[in-house]
Amino acid sequence: MTEDLVTRFLAGERRALARLLSHVEDRTDLGRLALREIFQRTGNAHTIGITGPPGAGKSTLVNALIRHYREHGKTVAVVAIDPTSALSGGATLGDRIRMMDNYADDGVFIRSMATRGQLGGLSLAVGGAVHLFDAFGFDIVLIETVGVGQAEVDVADAADTTIVVQVPGLGDSIQTIKAGVLEIADILVVNKADRPDARQLVRDLRNMLLLGDHGTRMPPIVPTIATEADGITRLVEEIAAHRQYLEESGTADDRVRQRLRREVAQFAREQFNLWLLDWLHDPANDPLAERLLRREDDPGTVADRLLDDFRTAPQRHSR
Amino acid sequence: MSATTRAIRVLIAKPGLDGHDRGAKVLVRALRDAGMEVIYTGLFQTPEMIAHAAADEDVDVVGISILSGAHNVLVPKIIEELRVAGLDDVLLVAGGTIPAEDARLLRESGVAAVFGPGTPLTEAVDFIRNHIPSRERDH
Amino acid sequence: MHHRPSADNHHVYDQPPDPRQTDFSTVSGEPVEPLYDASSLERIGFDADRDVGQPGNYPFTRGIHESMYRGRLWTMRQFAGFGSAAETNARFRYLLEHGETGLSIAFDLPTLYGRDTDDPLAEGEFGKCGVAVSSLLDMEELLDQIPLGDITTSMTINGPAAIIWAMYIATAEKRGIPRAQLGGTLQNDILKEYTAQNEYIFPPEPSMKLVVDTIEFATNEMPRWNSISISGYHIREAGATATEELAFTIADGLAYVDAALARGLDVDEFAPRLSFFFNCHNDFFEEIAKFRAARRIWAKLMRERYGAQNERSWWMRFHTQTAGCSLTAQEPENNVVRTTIQALAAVLGGTQSLHTNSLDEALALPSDWAVRIALRTQQVIAFESGVTNSVDPLAGSYLVETMTSEMETRVWAILSEIDEIGGVIPAIESGYFQKRISDSSYRYEQALAERSKIVVGVNALRSNEPPDIPILQMDPSGEGRQRERLARLRQDRDNNRWIESMDALETAARNDDNLMPALIDAVQAYATLGEITERLRVVYGAHRPLQIV
Repeated sequence: MTEDLVTRFLAGERRALARLLSHVEDRTDLGRLALREIFQRTGNAHTIGITGPPGAGKSTLVNALIRHYREHGKTVAVVAIDPTSALSGGATLGDRIRMMDNYADDGVFIRSMATRGQLGGLSLAVGGAVHLFDAFGFDIVLIETVGVGQAEVDVADAADTTIVVQVPGLGDSIQTIKAGVLEIADILVVNKADRPDARQLVRDLRNMLLLGDHGTRMPPIVPTIATEADGITRLVEEIAAHRQYLEESGTADDRVRQRLRREVAQFAREQFNLWLLDWLHDPANDPLAERLLRREDDPGTVADRLLDDFRTAPQRHSR
Repeated sequence: MSATTRAIRVLIAKPGLDGHDRGAKVLVRALRDAGMEVIYTGLFQTPEMIAHAAADEDVDVVGISILSGAHNVLVPKIIEELRVAGLDDVLLVAGGTIPAEDARLLRESGVAAVFGPGTPLTEAVDFIRNHIPSRERDH
Repeated sequence: MHHRPSADNHHVYDQPPDPRQTDFSTVSGEPVEPLYDASSLERIGFDADRDVGQPGNYPFTRGIHESMYRGRLWTMRQFAGFGSAAETNARFRYLLEHGETGLSIAFDLPTLYGRDTDDPLAEGEFGKCGVAVSSLLDMEELLDQIPLGDITTSMTINGPAAIIWAMYIATAEKRGIPRAQLGGTLQNDILKEYTAQNEYIFPPEPSMKLVVDTIEFATNEMPRWNSISISGYHIREAGATATEELAFTIADGLAYVDAALARGLDVDEFAPRLSFFFNCHNDFFEEIAKFRAARRIWAKLMRERYGAQNERSWWMRFHTQTAGCSLTAQEPENNVVRTTIQALAAVLGGTQSLHTNSLDEALALPSDWAVRIALRTQQVIAFESGVTNSVDPLAGSYLVETMTSEMETRVWAILSEIDEIGGVIPAIESGYFQKRISDSSYRYEQALAERSKIVVGVNALRSNEPPDIPILQMDPSGEGRQRERLARLRQDRDNNRWIESMDALETAARNDDNLMPALIDAVQAYATLGEITERLRVVYGAHRPLQIV
């Protein structure tokens, strides 16, 4: 065979990047190894998270952003996340199809990902993908996901700048836009701004922001018409301004520190969870379950016993 | 048990000018219901676009849906583009209005299966599921 | 729905249908009563005078003419086209010789998308599903020896419809036939392209403008021409139910009427020349009910919603094609039976013209032999079966009248929903049609997999024998020859005249003038289809689809 994937990745081979993305998503040993070897090269890309309800036009917005950045000489990677069906375990990954203007361009890489109901959330897979794109040399990494529940928090975790997209006329009253969603927003976008009720939505959002707590910075509200690339220039300016704000206010390092700490915790939890599942399924531990049933031991005691086992267990766990 | 199970990733593509997407869309849903992760390219794809998407998304399977009669020209081109992109081991299947004789030739040139009109959906899904290429070779 | 892998799974398709099956619904999934009687009519509030009336009288449930087929048979109009203009011309003359009474032209994919044969995206697509027409030269050859002043011609083309129509008009005028004498139909229904057939070029707004241009031009200059064939056929082929097919078609019709009125045209001037095009699937009574309900609904809308005074504005005139999606590659001879049932339903439903599919069309374009059987199917119905002797023979049937009224009710409900979204274009943009079609299509596939819906020879009584019928073979060298032809054309034409006419066309487009005169001029200068489309794309942009699965 030929050189290993990591070597090929470091040499700039796109195919190696694509394969390593799979490894990171599949949580393989090779994926972990690759991240270890490339981590030194990370920390340069600007990561932008884009979240919002279905129908908000996020993918179209991403498409417009990609074009803008490319026109200004920046390379762009996109992680497009869609939900895995709890029923079937499958997913239709339908964001790429709306970003098709850019297929011929090597300065663009679009990767579709399903949420997969992973233990530890989506974060490790997305975080790993971001690291890979960052190390490979992409200037901008966009993460797009549907803003429903945990996913939006995951996106905010992985991103330097989080954009929350809203649209008028989705049938939701302003009250149903969760306060939590607005809190994670560094920038608010009102897409389909040509709709008649767009202005009201902007006003409502502004009022909600005033009620909330945003520290030293109030997130700007940017109206856009993504299908016509209207408002994109201003959005890009706000993104750049946010990046600058992060650096100048010293918040950047704090955020990165927090993010990496969370990543460490997630890795650790992933390891522990794997070990725990094995332990729970190990027939050698069945007697402990019997003792619980007969009320000879209580759960706390069994847990202590479990942790003792963990401390003395061999450290590496993987699939 | 593991932290996550590996999913089968499939690209369903419509090459050329053929605008009949009913079959492709139905297959996308059926594969999703069978637990796979499916990326639909949409219409009017060139062979190059298909290979590019398959490579970047690192899919296990590429399914070509073509009802325009242009399969004899387009499928060989897709096979070539996949080869150039280093995707020789991807499972390639095709479906549509492809007569038996043409299907035979396509199979000889690297298409694992050709699903003609009237193929039960379950047959296509099962074939894909049972012929996923192995992934053990990375190092 | 989980599909468990199993070697036995497919073996079940060789079996007859399960005798214990409990799905007694139409092909579209509408429940069917075991018995219809007077109480059914009472339940739906049936009033024979109001709901049925007399043929040729409002609300036209029984037909738009008093005597219907006894006075004049439907037009037997077989859709045809493949390969080069010369080959298709031969097929046209064959069909006319064998008793066809109107022409219907099928164009190849590049032509349908406004591209010339030598366009890079057109590679491998030449002549495969219709005839390639890249210039006036091709159109002239296509219509060689066809009596354009005496027969009517239907052209199935949408995105570039105005351009192809310009070529047809130019060809006729070159032969001394004035445009006012020309009769025919242009499909020209761009709205259903965005939701079902996907043959769009420009975005909705300029596309609608072009459609209104053709309606206006026909209204003023070509009184025998149907400027649009508002279509449900393709919507049904994409997987919609019968109700959805009818409702979405009528909704599109309303959008065109509104657009024409917005241009300042008088409803009674253009409405009589609007025409429709429906599918006819296997469920015999559902289809008949659909056609009768269609006429009643349209008449009500034209008279009540638009206040049309001219009775001809209230008529829904339609062409029908038997369902392509019902044809099987397995045991193709069975398709003759399917097509017969479907054709009979269309006739009993009162269609104005009819295309019957050929038995080999799940496999290829029809051979001469197969297309003759298809034509004979219509002729046997017309001349041997007796169903044409009396108008709307099924009127008064408990089942048929109940189904007609129930279909009507369901359609009004969908039209309401579309109104609430704000009309057809907002509904297209929100993905309403596409989602419904996709859902209905998937539901049907699941029903086939479960065998609650049967296709003989496919998921029941499957014989597993390979089809053994002659398949139309296409000449593979045709594409190369057409490219050469185009190269020669571009050299031989008067290129100064070409430049002038193309510039004038662009100016007319930017000025929002009615494009027809400039288009006729450009095609007469032998501008190609691709060149014209490209120039218009510069002005109008290209459509970016939603692509909903």
